[in-house]
Amino acid sequence: MLGLILFGCGSGTDNKNATKEALIIGGLSGNELAEKQVFTKNNGSDPGTLDPHRAEGVPASNVLRDLYEGLVSEAANGDYIPGVAESWNISQDGKTYRFTIREGAVWSNGDKVVAEDFVFSLRRSVDPKTLSNYSSMLYPIKNARDVVLGKAPTDRLGVSAEGEKTLIIELEEPTPYFISLLTHSTTYPVHPPTVKEHGPLFTRPENMVSNGAFTLKDWRIQDYILLSRNERYWDDTNTTLSEVYYYPLDNPDASLRRYRANELDFTDTTPSEQLPWIKKNLKEELKITPYFGSYYYGFNNSKPPFKNNPELRIALSLAVNRTIITDIVLGAGQIPAFTFVPPVKEYQGTQPEWAKLTQEEREDLAEELYAQAGFDKNNPLSIEIIYNTSENHKRVALAVASMWKKVLGVETKLRNQEWKVFLETRRLQEETEIFRGGWIGDYDDPYTFSELLHSENEMNHSGYASAEYDALLKSASLKPAGKDRTGDLLQAEQIMLNDMPVIPLYFYVSQHLIKPWVVGLEGNVMDHHYSKYVKILKTETLTSE
Amino acid sequence: MSNFRFVIGRFLGAIPTLLILICLAFLLVKSAPGGPFDFERSLPEEVEANLRAAYNLDDPVYLQLFKYIGDLMQGDFGPSFQYRDYTVTELISTGFPVSLRLGVAAILLALIFGSLIGSIAALNQNSKLDYGVMFFGMIGISIPNFVMAPLLVLFFSIGLRALPAGGYNGGDFYHMILPVVSLALPQMAYIARLTRGSMIEVLSSNFVRTAKAQGLPVRTILLAHVLKPAFLPVVSYLGPATAAIITGSVVVEQIFGLPGLGRYFVQGALNRDYTLVMGVVVFYGCLIILFNLIVDTLYGFIDPKIKQNR
Repeated sequence: MLGLILFGCGSGTDNKNATKEALIIGGLSGNELAEKQVFTKNNGSDPGTLDPHRAEGVPASNVLRDLYEGLVSEAANGDYIPGVAESWNISQDGKTYRFTIREGAVWSNGDKVVAEDFVFSLRRSVDPKTLSNYSSMLYPIKNARDVVLGKAPTDRLGVSAEGEKTLIIELEEPTPYFISLLTHSTTYPVHPPTVKEHGPLFTRPENMVSNGAFTLKDWRIQDYILLSRNERYWDDTNTTLSEVYYYPLDNPDASLRRYRANELDFTDTTPSEQLPWIKKNLKEELKITPYFGSYYYGFNNSKPPFKNNPELRIALSLAVNRTIITDIVLGAGQIPAFTFVPPVKEYQGTQPEWAKLTQEEREDLAEELYAQAGFDKNNPLSIEIIYNTSENHKRVALAVASMWKKVLGVETKLRNQEWKVFLETRRLQEETEIFRGGWIGDYDDPYTFSELLHSENEMNHSGYASAEYDALLKSASLKPAGKDRTGDLLQAEQIMLNDMPVIPLYFYVSQHLIKPWVVGLEGNVMDHHYSKYVKILKTETLTSE
Repeated sequence: MSNFRFVIGRFLGAIPTLLILICLAFLLVKSAPGGPFDFERSLPEEVEANLRAAYNLDDPVYLQLFKYIGDLMQGDFGPSFQYRDYTVTELISTGFPVSLRLGVAAILLALIFGSLIGSIAALNQNSKLDYGVMFFGMIGISIPNFVMAPLLVLFFSIGLRALPAGGYNGGDFYHMILPVVSLALPQMAYIARLTRGSMIEVLSSNFVRTAKAQGLPVRTILLAHVLKPAFLPVVSYLGPATAAIITGSVVVEQIFGLPGLGRYFVQGALNRDYTLVMGVVVFYGCLIILFNLIVDTLYGFIDPKIKQNR
């Protein structure tokens, strides 16, 4: 089979004797590899640290996924596959996991990866002295919460080793999504002798010992992170790339320019203003995949006018035409949301009754509820939407405000704030009326969303407090995976949607530009990509008159 | 001797300036809403308390300020909030060479070409060449570099594929061309206009007329009598030009993804990396004060009319 052929006209010549350029990718067979196996990615920003236990945010996770390997890993499509653990079994009550460490798993300096390394690492991860931002992710492990809060010593953590090969992790409750937590960097192993010797400097290229498919060759702050193939990695025979570059470009326009100049093979996102141009000119290279994220507007449920006023909250939700937002305002393929939790695996949120109505019917119902709440066009509601400064958020807010104005006559003011200011305003819940919210799931289970609206959750910025909702979440957390647990979570979401403490607007999509010579990447709902699956195909340019 | 006294005097005079700068910047940075530990995923209270304690954020602000100044005197800029495994001193020492390279190249380019173009325009006053040069000069001044830079990239990198669209690559020549040019252009244009104006004025002054009347060759008149006074305004503009290049580099480094101090500064401010922002402010503050001092001293040598020990 002949490789992919792209045609283009050489620039700078007039049409009569334009040279035709054809780019042949993958040679005659279509899968011939390039000599230089170097993959260049834009990563959006620099990680604050490459210490897996203190790292925070998507850019850090992307790099750490290549550097380290946890007990569990992921296939290109996002399925869980054995990582450092070649197998595991789970006790009857779902609370004890026994992992068998893979024969042949080694550190990049040649040391064997042993069960004790994980005991050391998980204890380090929850140790308050480590100053981890993400240690609360490990609360499902027995005694983890007490250790994080400084109420128990680290050796009380429910993690132990039996010889070199067996690792036992005990949990507080059966946590069906526990396996997916094991792909998160807070659970990655670090090399104990290196950490002990170098302290926080163990993340420097000259010191770092890692166990993933790649090692850290260089880190030039704000310039690039360079990884090179780890030839000691147990599955190295299946690695093709020799080097991976991660660039920290936070400006999507700059990223697009460098992509077009062939300096990047992969962009972390696309600039929304350029989307129509991209769709026209780079259609084949634009990869859009549903992403495990939810975009919503939260009400401040602890203050008037929204406190104890579900009619008003539902009226505002019904008056929003979500299809206009996804198709016209945004246009990247985002999915209109009528539930808060994006669909994931067997969990498909139950659409509320009103989702089945037409938009006109919804609007009629909205007017009715608006009147019940004591407002009408002569006595309109006057509110403020607050969002963090960004062109996209502004466009959504403008659209929503005009829909409310048109359907209900609501007077809406828009206020934007710089990111960190916004985070503080939203957290304090003093001046917010309606705020923008967005959440990307930490692991592929509905609970990562459900818990956001628990009355005691620090990320519950809407101040929603429903005893019934909290009780169903508690009940779900005691159950192993299965219909019962899913049922509890579905029912909780139903209750929440009847109260409407937040307006779900749309579900995210991940948007990448990927060069046609990059193969091995697959879209997945967590947007996790491992460079060990990537291959670079050979490209040749043929020029003809 | 008087020169030496002047330099020492100015040097000592810079200390209070610097102290005021540090205090003001410190208070401003601290009073910005939002903090380094505000993330999309809020931290559990206990974890945040741990972090605040580790960075001494629980002390009253004046104590933090005293401690900061004390550390500064020992050359310690403190740990970065954003780059958790790096100190600000380390970050400045990796970022500054990049900005220095960019800035020096831009200043030299602006100075050499700017004064050259300006002189040519002045010597051909009111000719088509003069109008042409000044027209482009006006464009250079009025187009900001955040517009110019993407245009240059569009043309040279995406269109012609001749130059890289961004990145530093160890600071090699090709990667520096577009950033240096976009940073230098407005200054170059300004210097050209400055040189032209000043040279026209000098050319019409009495001593030049006298020199002409004495029958000196044009070359001698230009080199011996015109250049030095004509460049005085250019020299005095070097101080503000440096400041403009430093602020311009913040934008240019951001557009081209260069790992210089300007980019650190922007990222530091966005992430409320208090120590990094303070570090860059203090560092650049010292640099600008030092540079103004050098320019003032230089000025005295060029222009005998200025007495420095007034």
